[in-house]
Amino acid sequence: MVRFIAMLVGIAFAGVLAIALFGSVTGVITDPPPATAEHEFHLHPRELDLASNGPFGKFDMRQVQRGMQVYKEVCSACHSLRLVSFRDIKDMGYSDAQVKVFAASYDNIPSINPDTGEVATRKGVPSDRFPSPFANEVAARAANNNALPPDLSLMTKARHDGPAYIYSLLTGYRNQPAELLKKFPDAKTPPGLHYNPYFANLNIAMTPPLTADGQVTYTDGTKSTVDQMAKDVAAFLSWTAEPRLQARHTAGFAAMLFLAIFCFLAYGAYQNVWRNVKH
Amino acid sequence: MSFPWAKHYAPTNPFMKWMDERLPVPRLVYNAVGAGYPVPRNLNYFWNFGVLAGAALGIQIITGIVLAMHYAANGGVAFDSVEHIMRDVNAGWFLRYAHANGASMFFIVVYLHIFRGLYYGSYKAPREMVWLLGVTIFLLMMATAFMGYVLPWGQMSFWGAQVITGFFSAIPGVGETIRVWLLGGFAPDDAALNRFFSLHYLLPFVIAAVIILHIWALHIPGSNNPTGVEVKGEQDTVPFHPYYTAKDGFGLGIFLLVFAGLLFFYPNYLGHPDNYIPANPLSTPAHIVPEWYFWPFYAILRAFTADFILPAKLWGVLAMFGSILLLFFLPWLDSSPVRSNNYRPKARIAFWILVLDVLVLGYCGGSPADPAYVIASQIASIYYFAHFLIILPMISRSERPLPLPNSITEAVLANHGGTSPAQTALA
Repeated sequence: MVRFIAMLVGIAFAGVLAIALFGSVTGVITDPPPATAEHEFHLHPRELDLASNGPFGKFDMRQVQRGMQVYKEVCSACHSLRLVSFRDIKDMGYSDAQVKVFAASYDNIPSINPDTGEVATRKGVPSDRFPSPFANEVAARAANNNALPPDLSLMTKARHDGPAYIYSLLTGYRNQPAELLKKFPDAKTPPGLHYNPYFANLNIAMTPPLTADGQVTYTDGTKSTVDQMAKDVAAFLSWTAEPRLQARHTAGFAAMLFLAIFCFLAYGAYQNVWRNVKH
Repeated sequence: MSFPWAKHYAPTNPFMKWMDERLPVPRLVYNAVGAGYPVPRNLNYFWNFGVLAGAALGIQIITGIVLAMHYAANGGVAFDSVEHIMRDVNAGWFLRYAHANGASMFFIVVYLHIFRGLYYGSYKAPREMVWLLGVTIFLLMMATAFMGYVLPWGQMSFWGAQVITGFFSAIPGVGETIRVWLLGGFAPDDAALNRFFSLHYLLPFVIAAVIILHIWALHIPGSNNPTGVEVKGEQDTVPFHPYYTAKDGFGLGIFLLVFAGLLFFYPNYLGHPDNYIPANPLSTPAHIVPEWYFWPFYAILRAFTADFILPAKLWGVLAMFGSILLLFFLPWLDSSPVRSNNYRPKARIAFWILVLDVLVLGYCGGSPADPAYVIASQIASIYYFAHFLIILPMISRSERPLPLPNSITEAVLANHGGTSPAQTALA
């Protein structure tokens, strides 16, 4: 009885699937999915060799510091970093005093006037988070042609191949290729947007943020080419997304070593217990 | 509950005797996993996965309870509370990555455990209840994992919840009412998030209870073995302790090694980047996909693209649930008295095609719904249902099995080196 009903159910599902399969196959043959500009011209991120890459990766804190300088002087005009606190930058090798000075350099931390209760701003302290450039989403969109500059705290984890993506995106702005316009005349970059093949739909609202070499003057003397700045800010954003990466790798190495020894001993114990038993 | 030659618990220590007379827990442990539980001597490494599944559940419960001390289940703060755990809570990153990757490890281990059951006929008489309880555990695991994934309230959390709860609206008539009732609103929001957190905390303990029944049901007839031939005498078995405690200890070490490799070095490999974007009901991701362990079922769901009496969406939902529910009937669909596929040449071929089929379904489930993947899903889904509902019943009736060994001991002595499926697959 069970098998009879099962047979019917199986035939029903298989039958409906066969109908769907027929539909899909004829659909592909008669009406093949059209090629899209995104599909043909979207590029996967270029390789980026950061010190934090790989299982033994460690942050190059010099590079992360440079990246933070790029963020502060270029990106923070539009992008917030709301999950990072000033005190976190101590991990980059700054002293407590330097962190205090850094926090105090911000005087736009939202607060309340202690006398009148009105909305006000104050100087930063280490326990504050990085402030947002805009009061709210409406203000952010109003200042950016209705586009919302996303928060960057997790950007390298929120995109496939995050650090490489950031680097490629920032160095990837170019003119729309002529062959794209020939093949897809409707896909001309709309006014207000910029062609960037590393962006998912090829046209990004962000104006090229890194326009010229020397835009930022690095305090450690490194030459600040566009390429270098892009790499450095990618390294910085890897740090903001994964501040515990180094501790994680160190703990991981210890854990794997311990477990490898444990497995070795456990295997020995297993063989010993079973040595007289055929199995 | 055991074989006549099983050793008996005989405490000599005065405290243990005192305990045994009042609350015989040590006796229970002795009879369940100690020297008092005889187990076939020829079990291969595929028998390790049950214990590993139990270990994975333990890891999930412990990491989960500690995470729950720091997590906040409210739409406005859930995402940030998880980031607070990752950044500020001592070893919070470890807890979070352990819990997320622990869920993947739990499913890897359970899938291997299920496929062991399928290959060796562990679902057949007299172990049908073990199998039924096991499928129940699997369903509970899927519910728990789905709700857990919603909790970080990322883009995939929200939209995954939107898609899965949308299934209920496929039920004709009352579907939409049920969907809104379950969600506590018209779309996933604070009400849904709070109740998912509550149930996500509850269900693992329900799973633990069903596991107790699962092991109890197993210990009545005792474990199956790679030959599928029942235990005939004392020479066929060894006591669980120390033989299988030692083997499981080694298995646990390998499990933890794989787990540590994932957790410490590739913690986001099995995840989706979109879940690091806070949930936005106004912005649909380009491709909504569940976690990898749901991909085969997601492929089956999306394979149904044609209306036939019922709308395609309803077919997809019925098929997706049906693909798991049919497992409940497996002991009665497969009527062969021979348990192990080692001795069932036709069933063995069908089994390996099924394994390939599920891998194909999994790959399609994680891919965008482009025509190529949809067509592959449709073909693979046809085989999946045909395998359990048509092919296996037919094979089990007409097949000529290979001659079985007379006993486990005979098989061990004749084929020293074990009776693994790989070996007999090549034979």
